[in-house]
Amino acid sequence: MSTSEREITFGEAVREAISEEMRRDETVFFMGEDVAVAGGVFKVTAGLYEEFGSKRIRDTPISEAGIMGVGVGAALTGMRPVVEIMFGDFMTIAMDQVVNQAAKLCYMTGGQARVPLTIRTTIGAGRSSAAQHSQSLHAWMAHIPGVKVLIPSTPADLKGMLKSAIRDDNPVIIYEDKMMYSLKGMVPEGDDHLVPIGKADIKREGTDVTIVATSSMVQLALSAADTLEQEGISVEVVDPRTLSPLDTDTILQSVRKTSRAIVIDEGYRSYGVTGEIASLIADEAFDYLDAPVKRLGAMDVPVPFSPSLEPSTIPNEAAIISAVHSMYRDVA
Amino acid sequence: MSDDIEIVQPSSDDSELTHPREFCAEMYRKMVTIRRFEEAVLEIYQQGLMPGLAHPYIGQEASAVGVCTALRDDDYITSTHRGHGHLIAKGGQVDRMMAEMMGKEAGYNRGKGGTMHIADMSLGILGANGIVGGGMGMATGAGLSAQMRETDQVAVCFFGDGAANQGSFLEAANMASIWSLPVIFLCENNLYGEYTSHRDVTAIKEHIAERAAGYNMPAIVVDGMDVVAVYETTSRMVENARAGNGPCFIETKTYRYRGHHVGDGNPEKTYRTQEETDLWKTRDPITRLARRMVKGGMATEEEVSEIDQSIQSAVEHAVEFAKQAPFPEKGEVTEHVYV
Ligand SMILES: Cc1ncc(C[n+]2csc(CCOP(=O)(O)OP(=O)(O)O)c2C)c(N)n1
Ligand SMILES: [Mg+2]
Repeated sequence: MSTSEREITFGEAVREAISEEMRRDETVFFMGEDVAVAGGVFKVTAGLYEEFGSKRIRDTPISEAGIMGVGVGAALTGMRPVVEIMFGDFMTIAMDQVVNQAAKLCYMTGGQARVPLTIRTTIGAGRSSAAQHSQSLHAWMAHIPGVKVLIPSTPADLKGMLKSAIRDDNPVIIYEDKMMYSLKGMVPEGDDHLVPIGKADIKREGTDVTIVATSSMVQLALSAADTLEQEGISVEVVDPRTLSPLDTDTILQSVRKTSRAIVIDEGYRSYGVTGEIASLIADEAFDYLDAPVKRLGAMDVPVPFSPSLEPSTIPNEAAIISAVHSMYRDVA
Repeated sequence: MSDDIEIVQPSSDDSELTHPREFCAEMYRKMVTIRRFEEAVLEIYQQGLMPGLAHPYIGQEASAVGVCTALRDDDYITSTHRGHGHLIAKGGQVDRMMAEMMGKEAGYNRGKGGTMHIADMSLGILGANGIVGGGMGMATGAGLSAQMRETDQVAVCFFGDGAANQGSFLEAANMASIWSLPVIFLCENNLYGEYTSHRDVTAIKEHIAERAAGYNMPAIVVDGMDVVAVYETTSRMVENARAGNGPCFIETKTYRYRGHHVGDGNPEKTYRTQEETDLWKTRDPITRLARRMVKGGMATEEEVSEIDQSIQSAVEHAVEFAKQAPFPEKGEVTEHVYV
């Protein structure tokens, strides 16, 4: 690698991406609840207000439907808004403007309208925040043609993808796991680090089993892979990074090589990301499979508050390892 | 604009209490219970016994207690993320609340809801809420239900100055008004959302109650640090609603002494000033009521401190109860997704 690298956190990746793009393009601005003076509830946008001022870094009222609508309108008319919805759970309040308006305007107007809107929001359980602050509802958006859906798992991917999102002429939503803001990772130096939308990444190469994992599940898959390696099972970890449009080629190539696939995502197991990717594999790589595709997702219950219950509702490393083992048993 | 709203004149702390002794003592007890409960919550949080983040109601006690004292057991409330005070004022039991805060099976929600979702349907507490503005429609629906069932129940929708900017307020207030529903929109204006002053994000700078004019309903502003004034104001409007005269808007001017949540340690270093906090503390609702009761000969200083003592031990007992209580069994996780 010729370019030099630097270690930053997941949260710093957000701040760097927004500030670099704001310096580069004066039509970019950022708004959300408590994001300016307070720097956001997760403090990831601290410092932006000091650099760019109140015209371009805006504290909004608590009005998700309104914020999103204002974002769509500004995007339609020459600005490039970045809108924060504090918790992904609150996207439910802003749904009309994303689903019925932003996502459809280009198509409905026969290609006239452009909505270069970037939405940042969060997913992820694990903080005892209970049922209205812990959901991972990204599959809802991936169901809608016309919105690009990003779900990065490392600081470098988050930074590069958020920058690509801001430059994209379509509505793009980026889901950040709120448990990962202090996760560290290397990013290339400089302000031209872009990660393409729609391109998966092999996070670890292997030959026996493919694990397709998203967001925080990538870390779990990587550590399960370490454990499994000691047992002689070589795991390849594929991170789609973008859910929509999905890089089907990278996923299918990996599965054709390994012949086994597990798909892991923190969204609900029913009607979600894992079902979509598993059916892709079944449709396009059936002849290569040595075992049925396995899926791990959140248990289909509202996320419970009690620390004695919450962990059992999301996939963990032990569950991944036992899913891998079961694939070998199934064929034995 | 302010012509449209009634501003209740602050009562002097020297004025005589016109309500019976036991009635005043009960309001005092409720306020002290809330205060001690919240202090205990801060303590168990610091000890690592409470998962998640709770939003303390300390400072705002007169608002919840004044309002709920004007309600019957079968009236409804919808509460907020800052809900402990509302729940205690409406009759919630501190031991089951504390158990819920620690995620225990003996808690109101069997440990599955936690601080932001405590509910007791038998007391008309339709739930605290993690969604700002989440209760607007529900309270209005409870009012519609009472009207359709021809009871004379009333629904109170508690919400903050921040929540007043949610679109759901407009929609619910309009429906409550056109259908003359027995709903009281009770806005607790504590000057801040999370870390942002309401003045920076709200078109109306002084009285949020001015919004009510747009929904053709009466609006009253009252000192939210004076439990008697809040009680008298709410009582009057509750009677009005029971009589079928439709909704109203009450704004209580109040202040949270603590940060937005248990982890927001020092708001005076960031988004508000020490002078402001100190000023509001001089209006402390608990001290004020105690002083008036003593002055009016309703209670001696000793009797007041006896009440304080007994509440202190009730809260300590609640904490002990919650600590000892078991966590829910594993199988609980899939229970109650459906009825
Ligand atoms: C729909 C929604 N948006 C944002 C939040 C995050 N949030 C929680 S409390 C709060 C501030 C609420 O302010 P206010 O209504 O004045 O109530 P207070 O906290 O002052 O009691 C915010 C923004 C939320 N829980 N729900
Ligand atoms: Mg407030």
